[in-house]
Amino acid sequence: MELTLWTYEGPPHIGAMRIATSMKKLHYVLHAPQGDTYADLLFTMIERRGSRPPVTYTTFQARDLGGDTAELVKGHIKEAVDRFNPEALLVGESCTAELIQDQPGSLAKGMGFDIPIVSLELPAYSKKENWGGSETFYQIVRNLLKDKSEESNQIWQEEKRRPRVNLLGPTLLGFRCRDDILEIQKLLGQHGIDVNVVAPLGASPADIIRIPDADVNVCLYPEIAESTCIWLERNLNMPFTTTVPLGVGATQDFLRELHEVLGMEIPQSVNESNNSKLTWYSNSVDSNYLTGKRVFIFGDGTHALAAARIANEELGFKVVGLGTYSREMARKVRPAAKALGLEALITNDYLEVEEAIKETSPELVLGTQMERHSAKRLGIPCAVISTPMHVQDVPARYSPQMGWEGANVIFDDWVHPLMMGLEEHLIGMFKHDFEFVDGHQSHLGHLGGKGTENIKQGVKTIISNDSTNTSADPIWTHEGERELSKIPFFVRGKVRRNTENYARQAGCREINEETLYDAKAHYKA
Amino acid sequence: MSGATLLKESGPREVFCGLTSIVWLHRRMPDAFFLVVGSRTCAHLIQSAAGVMIFAEPRFGTAILEERDLAGLADAHDELNRVVKNLLARRPEIKTLFLVGSCPSEVIKIDLSRVAENLNIELKGQVTVLNYSGSGIETTFTQGEDGALKALIPLMPKSDQKKLLLVGTLANAVEDRLTSIFNRLGINNVESFPPRQSTDLPSIGPETKVLLTQPYLTDTARELKNKGAEIIEAPFPLGVTGSTLWIQAAANSFGIEKSLVDSILNPLISRAKQALAPHVEKLSGKKLFLLPESQLEIPLARFLSNECGMEIVEIGTPYLNRDLMKAEIDLLPPDCRIVEGQHVERQLDRVRDSSPDLVVCGMGLANPLEAEGISTKWSIEMVFSPIHGIDQASDLAELFSRPLRRHEILNPKTLTSH
Repeated sequence: MELTLWTYEGPPHIGAMRIATSMKKLHYVLHAPQGDTYADLLFTMIERRGSRPPVTYTTFQARDLGGDTAELVKGHIKEAVDRFNPEALLVGESCTAELIQDQPGSLAKGMGFDIPIVSLELPAYSKKENWGGSETFYQIVRNLLKDKSEESNQIWQEEKRRPRVNLLGPTLLGFRCRDDILEIQKLLGQHGIDVNVVAPLGASPADIIRIPDADVNVCLYPEIAESTCIWLERNLNMPFTTTVPLGVGATQDFLRELHEVLGMEIPQSVNESNNSKLTWYSNSVDSNYLTGKRVFIFGDGTHALAAARIANEELGFKVVGLGTYSREMARKVRPAAKALGLEALITNDYLEVEEAIKETSPELVLGTQMERHSAKRLGIPCAVISTPMHVQDVPARYSPQMGWEGANVIFDDWVHPLMMGLEEHLIGMFKHDFEFVDGHQSHLGHLGGKGTENIKQGVKTIISNDSTNTSADPIWTHEGERELSKIPFFVRGKVRRNTENYARQAGCREINEETLYDAKAHYKA
Repeated sequence: MSGATLLKESGPREVFCGLTSIVWLHRRMPDAFFLVVGSRTCAHLIQSAAGVMIFAEPRFGTAILEERDLAGLADAHDELNRVVKNLLARRPEIKTLFLVGSCPSEVIKIDLSRVAENLNIELKGQVTVLNYSGSGIETTFTQGEDGALKALIPLMPKSDQKKLLLVGTLANAVEDRLTSIFNRLGINNVESFPPRQSTDLPSIGPETKVLLTQPYLTDTARELKNKGAEIIEAPFPLGVTGSTLWIQAAANSFGIEKSLVDSILNPLISRAKQALAPHVEKLSGKKLFLLPESQLEIPLARFLSNECGMEIVEIGTPYLNRDLMKAEIDLLPPDCRIVEGQHVERQLDRVRDSSPDLVVCGMGLANPLEAEGISTKWSIEMVFSPIHGIDQASDLAELFSRPLRRHEILNPKTLTSH
């Protein structure tokens, strides 16, 4: 049993719903009690969908449990097929129905429909949303393509046509999938590569059956599509690309990989520096102040990994924290963190993430919707880079994350909060001027100075919890506090902590102005 | 009863379960914590309905059952014990802990009352542990509050004092306002249940007169009656008429002179009607369809039809308590169609066939209906907004007139004929 105040991922059947709702001409009968219908609002509110998810909930009640719930399930299945007339039917259960073991998938298969029935078994008490999405996509593809043979495989050179690929993995409630697909299609078009099928987003079961018509699969979102790509490679001999084109470097790598897999010559244009404006913007003099900015990164595996690379290699930030809530992706995130001299934070507990943010005193947080809230409480600028997200992360404008334009969007989204961070810096510099009104409000300002207080308190708590610390805590003198207050708020917590550590090591009982400078020199040395 | 047609329907439903009521209950009693014993689905439901992310640490959470908890029941009880103790160590400000049953905990029959009993012995009164079910196989949305209040009743001290007890969660400001009106009428001993602090429970006895503020408190009302309290029959305090009748019913029960009641209420009534007028203009003649969710549907329909001139197409309600709702149904216009239960697909077919101007519905259905050109109002707003009482009638009406006003602004009628 695990105490949870908030969870990054929903249960696995929510993943299945993301696949079903992303696709067309598919219907999902979900054996579940009435409360589970809340899931519709994720799509209609967060994604502002103008149609209901194609899901029929059996909404069984306590009084049904004494009778024949199997008959109830069959009734709902029949009604759903009659009413919605889908090309294929998904049948599954949520956590409660899993316990009563009606096996709705088998029931549906015994009802004599002439459409494919995909039965889903998603263990609700051990797995989560992304796993459920991945498993559902895999089951759909496997069920619809199981009779296809390897021979159907095509080679573009022999057929004297342009190469074509499938884009696999984009879903609703994924991060910016809608625009990523357009951007990647545009990018591939520029290189003479056609897109055969995009799935699950926008695909019908008939489209899934066309997947083998492509030469290569592009695995855009490994969380959803990796297991499907592996199956297609093993069974239909379709190779797939593994680089996710997030950021300039990764987009270049992706294009190189794809050209190689397709047997095409890698064009020179891939290496040119003007494909994305990010490269020049980052080189321009105005970006000098980005150097060494401390950034904390947390999200799903794919976006966290990509963010670490972009921050480190393309923006010249210093990554001070890297983690994911996805245990499935921990294997990939751990070495990436290690390469940056960090230990990866793998957790589903947002309070643990918030503690880690406090402890590393970053100047920018790149995270999920929850880190946005944590950062707001702490008064630290933040950009959302990953699901779970809220309604403002489904923008009206075109704003992909992938490809060249995606890199432009990323530059703007990450750097604009920091511009305001610079304003905060100026406030720090000028706040002793008589014109300055204390409690000046910037965009972070509804916290006023409180954010910094939170960091201080956080740091203090951490210190006092440190049982290895046997010496008494040094005391800050009035002069020491005054000098500390001159330091920009976003590094103040870090400086406070370093100075206290230094004072302890040096055996100082109190911290005055000079101790601060001593500590600064000590850590710079 | 009036000529309302009462129908029943069953099929796929689209409603919240009783866990959702934690969202307003925890705000009412800030010294209480609501611990759902359930699955990741329960946790996800509450955070999706409540927008939990704005809290540093919310006063509700979920003890998520894992595979090994399903293997052996004794272990599940021990595990829950452990989770509770960790929680209480972390949150020493908690005075009352509600263990809230869910669909999975009910199906695998975790005995929350036994866990609560053992914890109460161990905790020696430092924290009171209670339990109720908010499971979706037994409860809908607001019924969760009914369960939570029922769980508190055994703790209420006995009293022979004559008093008026307002039962059902109200916004604090509204509660203050209603109390001050009762005071002016000469009813000075007015208390509320649930109280603002979970430990500050009102006493109860044969001299207690209960006035329900919310229509969904079936079990609570019955238990209070069993404790000797008298339930005052009245419509619910929504709109000018409903609130007036509600206050008058209490005044009658306390034997207050009619002339005093009139002299205090009449100025409020005429002021409220004035404030209501612009909304009536917008709402009058418009067709309204209410989908089932909060059990507030019948009183809302009564207000919107009788006081705002709306034409009622259908009133859906997840559950109909004919006794508690009698006074309301009597006030409805004749031939009103009330449908208890739901078949969401058929009901939406009826919505489309009747092309209403406004549909009151849950959040999952709102945007799909808006996309079809039908204005909507989220029913969940009714349980969060201060809508009770004579003074709030125009605010209540505005919740419904605003979507219509917006629709008109964004879709101006052109004068050219097609």
